[in-house]
Amino acid sequence: MRQLGLICLSLVLSSSAWTAEPSAAPDTIAARVQGCQTCHGAHGEGTADTNFPRIAGKPAGYLLNQLQNFRDGQRSYPPMNYLVAYMHDDYLAEIAGYFAAQPAKLQSMGETASAGDAATRLLVTKGDVVHGIPACVQCHGARLTGIEPGIPGLIGLNGKYIAAQLVSWRVGTRHAKKPDCMHDIASRLSETQVRQVAGWLASRPAVDPTSPAPAGAWTTPLTCGSQP
Amino acid sequence: MKSNLAFVAIVCLGLSAAGARAANVATPAPAIHAVDSPMSRGEYLAHLGDCVACHTKHGGVPFAGGFAMPTPFGTLYSPNITPDKKTGIGNWTATEFYQMLHTGRSRDGTLLYPAMPFPAYTKIPREDADALFKYLRSLKPVSQPNRDNELRFPYNNRSLMFGWRALYFTEGTFKPAAERSAQFNRGAYLVEGLGHCASCHSTINALGGSSDDSAFAGGLIPLQNWYAPSLTSNLESGLGSWSVADIAALLKGGASMRGAVYGPMAEVTHNSLQYLSDDDATAMSVYLKSLLELKPPASHPAAANLPSATALAAGKTIYEARCAACHRSDGQGMPPAYPPLAGNPSIEMELSVNPLRMVLNGGYPPQTAENPRPYGMPPFAQIMSDEEVAAVVTYIRVSWGNHGSPVTPREANAMRVAPLLD
Repeated sequence: MRQLGLICLSLVLSSSAWTAEPSAAPDTIAARVQGCQTCHGAHGEGTADTNFPRIAGKPAGYLLNQLQNFRDGQRSYPPMNYLVAYMHDDYLAEIAGYFAAQPAKLQSMGETASAGDAATRLLVTKGDVVHGIPACVQCHGARLTGIEPGIPGLIGLNGKYIAAQLVSWRVGTRHAKKPDCMHDIASRLSETQVRQVAGWLASRPAVDPTSPAPAGAWTTPLTCGSQP
Repeated sequence: MKSNLAFVAIVCLGLSAAGARAANVATPAPAIHAVDSPMSRGEYLAHLGDCVACHTKHGGVPFAGGFAMPTPFGTLYSPNITPDKKTGIGNWTATEFYQMLHTGRSRDGTLLYPAMPFPAYTKIPREDADALFKYLRSLKPVSQPNRDNELRFPYNNRSLMFGWRALYFTEGTFKPAAERSAQFNRGAYLVEGLGHCASCHSTINALGGSSDDSAFAGGLIPLQNWYAPSLTSNLESGLGSWSVADIAALLKGGASMRGAVYGPMAEVTHNSLQYLSDDDATAMSVYLKSLLELKPPASHPAAANLPSATALAAGKTIYEARCAACHRSDGQGMPPAYPPLAGNPSIEMELSVNPLRMVLNGGYPPQTAENPRPYGMPPFAQIMSDEEVAAVVTYIRVSWGNHGSPVTPREANAMRVAPLLD
């Protein structure tokens, strides 16, 4: 009987401990950036929704540039513009640093490259001299994982998102700091090339390690505002 | 329409006499407290008046104007108020500036549209107007020509403003109430005058005006689809049950133990109220709380229609899965980080636009000195159907003693296209 009483007591205690909800939010950056989770995943790893990119493991400088551009209207996407409208650089930098430090799982996006695969591979790795299009790898790296501080990796992103960004640069709803290299490059791509490059990048297998190369690991051929 | 025009015409006839009378009333300026802030008094006052919000276009130079203000009557463009001689106010005198604020007539006699909140700014005393003018004149001149307004007929006829003014404008500097404290009067001046809170927190009628009866009674902000809660009702905003410290924390910091600011109010905090001195934040709060003194405590009317048990159960399931981790199963939240939903004035209001928008779009309160690392709410528009949004908002509106009414999927859907930024 005494044993039963103890069991009952411990059950009551454990159940109340189990149901008790905290009364104060954790004083962490992770608890503060929950506003990002439903689109970008619990730790920025991305979601099944093809409209939203992973942000985990991207260069902190790149992420900060994007947050500032969303805030200042250089990059137009109202749901993002709205969320960061009244934040200052110091806090945006903290948010960028948090997601940059999250492990990126650069799994293949499982998309299959389309016809013209060989030509697209050539465009990505060698560029198109005739049309003044540099190779993606010249800036984003041979492994396409990007380079600190401002150039993002291009794998582990879905094709729809990549294509949408290239189009945004062309039509002027996405700007980078001047000189805006990607505006110039995207403007020289044909619509077919946009589609093919996006599809080809999304079909790349995962790489390891996934982190961007340290600043200065190679010399980028262009002078771009976002890669000082 | 015809009868409206006739009505306006009749009002116009009666107006010139009233206008002349009002212009002759001279009132002494109330004493203004010293400001405990390093910025100049004029700059401080410009923040409190939130001039920059309307006199700056997106991505433009502050105060250079050109900001598009869509209204139900057409689009207005704010003028350049930098001291440029050709396109700004470089040729204005301090007296002309004061007269414009005080009378709602521009330097050349043009009647201002009430997008310029002159019904509130008329309360600004001369010395504050002079300090504002001095500050604006200290800015770098920007050459940016003013853009013509694009108002539809008949609203493009400025003489219609005669009628509007007769109905909704009383000229006169703020008069402190002798029987009230200096703190109360300072708060009253900031809320009713410079802060022009009534511009949003009063019901705007079909003529774009608000009557004294509806002052601070809450109102849907036209075309923005956010509801500015009542400041005078214990049913809605419930400021009567808030402490002065909580009201002040919300105004100045953007977050409090009772709730946080989002949407247009986040912008007001960002541009304006975060610069309040502690004394002024308290004064505004004391005054706002006093608005309830005149009213007997009201009880909630019986809800006309209650959700079915099935609908409530559906909403509860979503709530537990999506919301409870931050707002808790008992709706108490973890304030100030995660606002309480139980007893939250913004949730219970008759119009459900605010909770619907929060669920669809999420939001971050502004970053302020008091709240330097705000916590954020994620958007759910992309992962929840209209039915799910309606179910969870309905659950929130009727649970934990909340007195809201059910929301339909159609209402949820309507908010999907509401503009996110002005």
